[in-house]
Amino acid sequence: MVRAWRLYAAVAAGGFRRYATYRVATAAGVFTNTVFGLILAYTYIALWDERPGLGGYDQAQAVTYVWVGQGLLAVVAVMGGGFEDELIERIRTGDIAIDLYRPVDLQAWWLAADSGRAAFQLLGRGVVPMVFGGFVFQLALPADAWTWLAFLVAVALGVLVSFAIRYLVALAAFWFMDGAGVQQLAVLAGLFFSGMTLPLNVFPGALGELARVLPWSALVQVPADVLLGERTGFALLRTYAFQAAWAVGLLALGRLVQSAATRRVVVQGG
Amino acid sequence: MADLREKRGSEGDTGSGSGSGSDTGSGSGPGTGFGPAPTYVSRLVDGLRAYRLIAWMWIRSTMAYRASFAMTLFGNFAGTVLDFVAILLMFSRVDQLGGYSLGEVAFLYGLSSAAFGVADLTLGSMDRLGQRVRDGTLDTLLVRPAPVLAQVAADRFALRRLGRVTQGLLVLGYALTVVDIDWTPAKVLLMPVMVVSGAAIFSAVFVAGGAFQFVAQDASQVQNSFTYGGTTLLQYPPTVFAKDLVRGVTFVLPLAFVNWVPALYVLGLPYPLDLPEWTAFLPPLVAVACCGLSGLAWRAGLRSYRSTGS
Repeated sequence: MVRAWRLYAAVAAGGFRRYATYRVATAAGVFTNTVFGLILAYTYIALWDERPGLGGYDQAQAVTYVWVGQGLLAVVAVMGGGFEDELIERIRTGDIAIDLYRPVDLQAWWLAADSGRAAFQLLGRGVVPMVFGGFVFQLALPADAWTWLAFLVAVALGVLVSFAIRYLVALAAFWFMDGAGVQQLAVLAGLFFSGMTLPLNVFPGALGELARVLPWSALVQVPADVLLGERTGFALLRTYAFQAAWAVGLLALGRLVQSAATRRVVVQGG
Repeated sequence: MADLREKRGSEGDTGSGSGSGSDTGSGSGPGTGFGPAPTYVSRLVDGLRAYRLIAWMWIRSTMAYRASFAMTLFGNFAGTVLDFVAILLMFSRVDQLGGYSLGEVAFLYGLSSAAFGVADLTLGSMDRLGQRVRDGTLDTLLVRPAPVLAQVAADRFALRRLGRVTQGLLVLGYALTVVDIDWTPAKVLLMPVMVVSGAAIFSAVFVAGGAFQFVAQDASQVQNSFTYGGTTLLQYPPTVFAKDLVRGVTFVLPLAFVNWVPALYVLGLPYPLDLPEWTAFLPPLVAVACCGLSGLAWRAGLRSYRSTGS
């Protein structure tokens, strides 16, 4: 048991180091997040000028939401990217057969690698856009350390949900061979229902209610709300439970699909 | 012959001393014993032909996985639709954004999206150049008898990107039915000119982005800021943004000529900066200038390329 934990810790550290190697790519990503942050921030300012208090946010909160979103975009991999491209490629080429007879759990292995990636991207991609946003705009950031800590927990749970979704997306390659279509639909759902394009509390009526209970809301909307101080006390616990329930449910579904998929695998000899 | 032409052009650039006169064109050989030196027109024809062949090959390859193609085509369309849905959702809560009605924003959106969609369809693969430089597969392209730009641009040609063009044109069509425009012959003429020039301006950005990847291979994301970021910016009214940002995209990186400047003339709305009215007809000139500059940048990038030889 201890040895297994050490193994997964090593895999996670490897995931961290792997992404930390590409410094220019990280800088390029930060640049892009910052440019998009600027554009979105101005449109949100115009929107909240027109309708102050929209969705329960004031203007400073809305602008903060933009920068939290840009900071988290890579961390919770809203647009995909990360381990699933590799896993899909391994399924397509058949290398997955080698992975399956390794003495490690497939899902846990990729989860460990992905959490290493997320940890790096929180530091490498998350901090700078936020600081830049803070310099250019008036942000509503919490002053107490507890809210920040609560935010980090929500982000960690968000990464878990994001992983579980992307694992399912990757496994679809067992049936489709070319995973691009499923991946693209997943990115769309992610962008729209995570609150990346527009905060979910601005969505009108039933669409808003639906969007807020779907798993993607755990990626951006929920962590942002926690940081903005919209979820405290008992509501915070309920929020965590919501995220954890999706994480557990989707991870379990992933294992189920995995066992169905592996029964389909025919390893071609030679 | 064509084979040698390209090869000599690229080798000459890496300093093998193929002659002092070789810097008259990126691929034009010194013309010693290889027949007449190719003109720009013949190179353009060569390039377009190569582009067509490679693109067609990728289309056939995509069709091998039809279900996946249908899904990605739908995904591309739906992705851009969701983009517009976000704007619709905003307008479900407000009547105006930056003083613009939904129809006026849709007008800007449609033009920006259609112009960008055409550029993305033709040159959207440019962001893979850095990958090719990194793994050394660019060398293969250098020895093939076709212009490198055409090969890189047509690489992984993705027909699914038609989704964005279609969606942009649909939104534009919607805008034209709801916005009250005081049509004149000049305004009618300006509509197709805008889309074509806009596509050319965005194409120039794609090519310049490709050139930049010769310098910084891992930085392909930076070009997304100007391509995807650019089209997103132009979907919203200029009145929403800070004056300095508007000045930047008008005078420095002239994306404003894709739609803002000419479209506001068509709509009869004032541009936030004091520009004379004739600037609305500048997009073709701006497009030519941008393409020229990015062509030079591409050539400089290609010349600076040093293969690792592995």
